[in-house]
This record gives sequence, C-alpha cells and structure tokens, in this order.
Amino acid sequence: MMEFPENVRIPLGDWVDSGMNWILQTFSEFFDTLGTVILQFMLHVEKFFLWLPWPVLIVGVGILAWRAMGRWWSGVMMAAMLFFMGTLGLWRLGMMTLSLVFSAVIISLAIGIPLGIAMATSNRFEAILKPLLDGMQTMPSFVYLIPALMLFGLGKVPALFATIIYAVPPVIRLTNVGIREVSADVVEAAHAFGSSYWQILFKVQLPLARPTIMVGINQTTMMALAMVVIASMIGARGLGLEVLLAINRIEIGRGFEAGLCIVFMAIIIDRITFAMASRKQYGS
Amino acid sequence: MEKIKVANLYKIFGPNPERAIDLLNHGKTKDEILEETRLSIGVAGVSFYVKSGEILVVMGLSGSGKSTLVRCINRLIEPTAGEIIVNDVDVTTLSAKDLREFRQKNFGMVFQNFALFPHRSVLSNVEYGLEIQKIDKQTRRERSMQALEQVGLKGWEESYPDQLSGGMQQRVGLARALALDADIMLMDEAFSALDPLIRRDMQDELLDLQDKVKKTIVFISHDLDEAIKLGDRIALMKDGVIVQEGTAEEILTNPANDYVAKFVEDVDMTKVITAESVMKKSEVMAYSKTDGPRAALRKMHQAGISTIFVREHKRLVGIVSAENAVEAARRGEKTLDTIIDRNVPTVKPDTPAIELFPLLAESPYPLAVVNDENKLMGVIVKGSLLGAIADSTRGPLNREPLKKTG
Repeated sequence: MMEFPENVRIPLGDWVDSGMNWILQTFSEFFDTLGTVILQFMLHVEKFFLWLPWPVLIVGVGILAWRAMGRWWSGVMMAAMLFFMGTLGLWRLGMMTLSLVFSAVIISLAIGIPLGIAMATSNRFEAILKPLLDGMQTMPSFVYLIPALMLFGLGKVPALFATIIYAVPPVIRLTNVGIREVSADVVEAAHAFGSSYWQILFKVQLPLARPTIMVGINQTTMMALAMVVIASMIGARGLGLEVLLAINRIEIGRGFEAGLCIVFMAIIIDRITFAMASRKQYGS
Repeated sequence: MEKIKVANLYKIFGPNPERAIDLLNHGKTKDEILEETRLSIGVAGVSFYVKSGEILVVMGLSGSGKSTLVRCINRLIEPTAGEIIVNDVDVTTLSAKDLREFRQKNFGMVFQNFALFPHRSVLSNVEYGLEIQKIDKQTRRERSMQALEQVGLKGWEESYPDQLSGGMQQRVGLARALALDADIMLMDEAFSALDPLIRRDMQDELLDLQDKVKKTIVFISHDLDEAIKLGDRIALMKDGVIVQEGTAEEILTNPANDYVAKFVEDVDMTKVITAESVMKKSEVMAYSKTDGPRAALRKMHQAGISTIFVREHKRLVGIVSAENAVEAARRGEKTLDTIIDRNVPTVKPDTPAIELFPLLAESPYPLAVVNDENKLMGVIVKGSLLGAIADSTRGPLNREPLKKTG
C-alpha cells in the first residue's frame, strides 16, 4: 500500500487557528459588545416567556392553530400537546428552549430576508452567496459550535450564534426564489406605470413572494429548533440540556420525556407556520 | 399634431450592438447578421409618427419586432439607437428618475397577458398607477371608480383578478391604464388572448371609448381584421422594419410588395371595401324645379341609364324611372312631381360592401350613396359592386377600378 507522502502537508488547521486568534485579538471589543447586546435581547425574550402564565400560552396557541389551520380540533390538539409538556414538569425548560428558538428566528429573519432580497436583485451576489449557503447547510452542525465558542465563550450567546448560522440559509434562499418567481409580466407592468425599485419590491414582489418566504420562515424555525438541542452542549439551557444530561447519565426515561417535549414543540411550530404559509391570501 | 414621433429607431440584442447597425446599412439581412455576429435584430431602423387622438396599429407576425417596438417607446426595452419624441420630449435622453415620472404622466399600457396584480383587488389594481404617484386616497378612488365605470366593471371593485373571466380581466387592465389620465395608450396585443367573440366586443368597446376619451393609441396586433377595424392607420412590420404604412384601404388595395400582398390576401374584401370605393360617380341628375318628364327622359337616354336620381337644392329627393317618365310625358305633365319615387334606399360612403348586398337585392333601383347632408355622392348598381369585389380579390395587378373615386 502506498502512503500519502508525509512532507506534502497543508497546515490548514494551523492557519484557521491563527486566523481565529487574530480575529479575537483585533475585534475582541466588538465581539464583547455584540455579545452583550445579544445577551440582553435574549434575557428579555426569556424573561417574557417565563413570565407568560401557562394558561394564556396554551389557549393562545390553541386559538392560533385553530385560526391558521381552520379546524377547531387542530387547535385542541396543539393546546393538549403543550399541556402535556407541563404535566411532565418540563414547562420552564420548554420555555427556555422556546425563547432561544424565538430569538434565533427573529435575528435570522432580520438578516435573512434583506440578504434574500439582495440576492434576488443581483445575479452576481446570488452567484457568490449560493455556494456559501450550500456550505453552511451541508457542514455538520457541531462544527459551528467551535467558532461560536471561541468568539463568545460558553453560554447562551454562542448557542444563539451557532443556531442562527445553521438556521438562516432557508429563509435567504426562499426569499430569493420567491422574488425571482414573481411573474416577469407583472413586474414589467409595474415598471410601465413608472414604479421605482422600492415600490416594485414592496407593492408587487414581496406580497407575491410571501407564501414562498413563509415556507422559508417555517424551515428556518424548524432548523433553529433542531440546532437548539445541539447548542445545549455549549451552554444553552433548556430541553436540549436535559437530553444531553440524560445521555451522559444513561437515564432513558428522563431523556425520553425531554425528547418527546421537543418533538411536540416541533410539531406545534411546524404545523402553525406551515398552515400560515400555505393559506391562500387573496381571491377565490 | 404629432404626439409620438419615432426616427431611425434600432434595437439590437447582444453585446456591442452598434456593429449590427453598420451591417444593416450595408444591406445585410437579419439572418445573415445573426449568423455572422450572434446579434439578434429586434427593430432595424424604424420611423413613424402618431397623431394626437389617432389609433396606429402596428401589425406583424410574431418575431417581426412589433412588441419590441412598442416597448422602446416607453423604454421598457432600451433602444440601441434612434430618436423617440413624445409630447416634444426625447424619451431616449431621460434619466432613470425622469423616465419614471414621464411614464407616470404620459403612458398607460395594456398587456397581452393582462399582467394584473393578483394580490390586489380590482379597484386597487386600477388604483396602482395613481398610488405610486402618491396621489391622495380620495382622488385615487374617484378616478379609479370612474375608469371602472367606463369599462363596464362597476360593482366588481372588491373582486380579485382570478375571480374574473379573461375579458373582464382585460377590462381591468384597460381601466388601470385609463385611470392614469395619461393621453397615450400603448396596447400590446391587448385582445389577442381573448376568444374571438369577446375580442370583437372589446374592439367595439375600445372604439366607443376612444370616441369619448380621444387618447393617442399605439395598438400592437398580429390580426389583420383587428388592425383594419381599429386602426386609423396601420404600420405593417416584417423583420424589424415597417414595410408599409397607411390606411387600411391603402394597404389592401395597393400592397407595397409581395409580402404585404400575401399578408392581406385572405382578408374578406367585402368587409374592407366601402360604398365610396365601389360607387360610380353620377354626373347625371334631374332637377325637380326645372326638369319635366321629357327633359328627364332625354338625360337618361344620353347617359344610357333607365333610372335617374332627382335633386332639389343639391339634396337628393327621389328617383324617376324611364317607364314612368314616358307615361307622364304621354299624359302631358310638365313636372316630375307625380312620378318621383321618394322611397329610395340610400347608404353612407363608409358603409362596408357586405351590407350593400341585401339592400341591392331588395330594391329595384340602384343604391344612392349620400353624405351627411343628403347630397348624392355616387351610385351603386349590382354590376359595379360585384366587379369591384372580383377585382380586389384577383391580385395586386388589377386594382385600378378600386381606387377611390371621390
């Protein structure tokens, strides 16, 4: 058998290490400030979810599911799943997870939708961003934990950071696709009547792309939820940590309870956002 | 007044398109240039004008460049070279911002596939053009409702485009362009996607509407019947150039070349030819004041006819036949009063030939062609009508008798 020659080596790992070190040294102040701001935001969101009285949330989710899906028993089902979470004694942990997902989704949309719009506007930008997005989605999610850890240390902020990187691609991609799919005829008509770029974007393209963008939001939310579990490895508290502890201690029952709660939460979020995405917005 | 004036307009698709203009000037064809340079010719040096309040139909088969041409007028497609003067402004020199404003103020556009905004109600579709001009809500609503009323869609404001039939959708498209108050309408195959019956209705309504609103319209069409019906003038396009331009009758009766002749050969001439173009100019008439039966008989004899129209103060009053005149003369009457048949069928000069046949069949007399003042312009007999139709369908060489006589 032929060994690969030992002296042909690219020290890529070393380069990344020194690059990271350089970034840390040069921008440490920036990342510290950013970390503080994000942390404040997250704490407020978490405080809100922990403050929210449980009957309000259960009834609220039930009504939302009923309105979105158009069937009263869907609402009852969703509310029942949430109630079940409480009966397992996992309400607080569930709310922590939910607040992390919520924060991650809000920031992902704030970054993703404008990027998607830019991507739809410029073919060159699309050509640059597309392989990057492919990379972000194919890389194992654990890998994001490392730079997040290095930049922000242990805790909620790096967990959120890793979650956003993992979850943001779908909403960027689908915003881009949604806008590009808007019929060229309609956009031409808008031009013919003398509309500006922003008028076309806000009055024609975004409203027509809305169903597709909603699918992107749905996917981003689901990916955020998936990542939150993994992110518990670097300090995000919540249901993910519960699963992690259960694995470490081989407590099958405990892991099963937390796992089931995550599944229920996933079902609730997915069904509601998906129903919102596929609901017909206009006409017959 | 010339509302739109286009001079030497070129649109060539591809990189460095100026090369193709040179080649075109050296007499190369569209296909040769495509072969040589990979450049595709859209419009190859076109000049035309549209007068205020006129409908110009630009007609041609698909690929003739007609849709490209109309989009050059408001620069939805950027022309490669040439001048486009609209309301005394050269559109080609406008900056992006000025162009947007110019479009808002000057052009209403109607599209083949309607291009309505599916997420907006009918009313808010019609309001769109006013909305982007930031006109206040009240005015916007009033003008849009008025436009909807004009196209007969009152009561449909709250519907959405996908709830309407094709014909109704295009009415919305028409209303959306009308609401703007722009005096130019660009209509790109506006009725081509509709089925024939509805298309005909829409054409009629457009003409009715045009009588009221007096827009300057550039109408793109591939349908010759439509062009004849709507166009005050027609420009016929092929391979990016205008091969002939003129009124429907000019084009039909004097095709500029074989291509035009071939294009127009299937036209039903009985719909195009008018009473004016088949009538014989009648010089001979009797005067009710001065002519008696004998004078009338004499005039008929000299002209070789068996009936004679009678006039009084330059207006047609009736007709006298030779038979009756002979009898009246025998009875010794001095005037034509007792024998004038005042029930003469008359037609207007622009009556199409197809409507002349039944009238001729019913009446024992020739048809009198009279103008609005009831003045006799000419006479149509069965023979002259059939002859004219036969001539017009025989081909471009034998069209002399068809030429306008009035």
